[in-house]
Amino acid sequence: MEHKNQPLEAEKHEITTIDETERTRDRQCFVPRADIYETDDHIIVVADIPGADENSTDITIEKNILTINANVDWSMSEDYGLNYGEYGIGDYQRSFTLSDEIDRENIEATVSNGVLRLQLPKAGPAKTKKISVKAG
Amino acid sequence: MYRRFRTPTVWQEMDRLQREMDRVFRASSPSRMGTGGYPAMNIWSNEDNAVITTELPGIDLDDIDISVVGDTMTLSGKRSAEELPEGARYHRQERGFGKFTRSIKLPYTVDGDKVEATYNRGVLSIELPRAESDKPRKIQVRSA
Repeated sequence: MEHKNQPLEAEKHEITTIDETERTRDRQCFVPRADIYETDDHIIVVADIPGADENSTDITIEKNILTINANVDWSMSEDYGLNYGEYGIGDYQRSFTLSDEIDRENIEATVSNGVLRLQLPKAGPAKTKKISVKAG
Repeated sequence: MYRRFRTPTVWQEMDRLQREMDRVFRASSPSRMGTGGYPAMNIWSNEDNAVITTELPGIDLDDIDISVVGDTMTLSGKRSAEELPEGARYHRQERGFGKFTRSIKLPYTVDGDKVEATYNRGVLSIELPRAESDKPRKIQVRSA
């Protein structure tokens, strides 16, 4: 499997809400950049959530909507002022619609150095993909 | 982005513009400001110190290199691509990888021996103390 040549980009994208609901937390909220790939028996989601850790990250699956919510409570100590700013600090939120059936009991999620890694095992029926075609 | 078809009144439009301007000029939480490359950096300072913070999720510390010469700090490093198992296929790939380097010029000479960097939750903080010789000296005024 070849990687496409994905360049490093500095810009963070702030979330845009589709309906007119608002978040309860008065912070900026960003869409984390994510890689999603599929192996024979897993779907792997990798997302960049710098500033968040395992305790501040929530993953929910409802029906087949996977939602990532990561809160960032980073702040600079009081006696420092911001001179020059290029990036905003805030939470992360993103939802994906999963196409395959997922074995919800065995989902594994880890956060390490600001990277969330989700291993979603495919459930029985979706796992078997081979369909034998018989001559009619 | 989905938008409902509805003509906003002038006041709603003004309100929206106001909010947008507030957001752009809100110094404490800048967002999507012009950046000089990857990675985006925030510079914080007090009288004696400057701290540069930058978000570098999922980086091997051995791949980061920080050097200070005079008043210029250079951060370079690399972010590795995801190692994919055999037969995997991408649904989407948005996380970038590759080499990066950036230099920042500070308004004072940095004490290179006292520079400290910490990496926590994917955020790199580099503390750049002002060199003793470069600190402003108080001059006593005596009556003659």
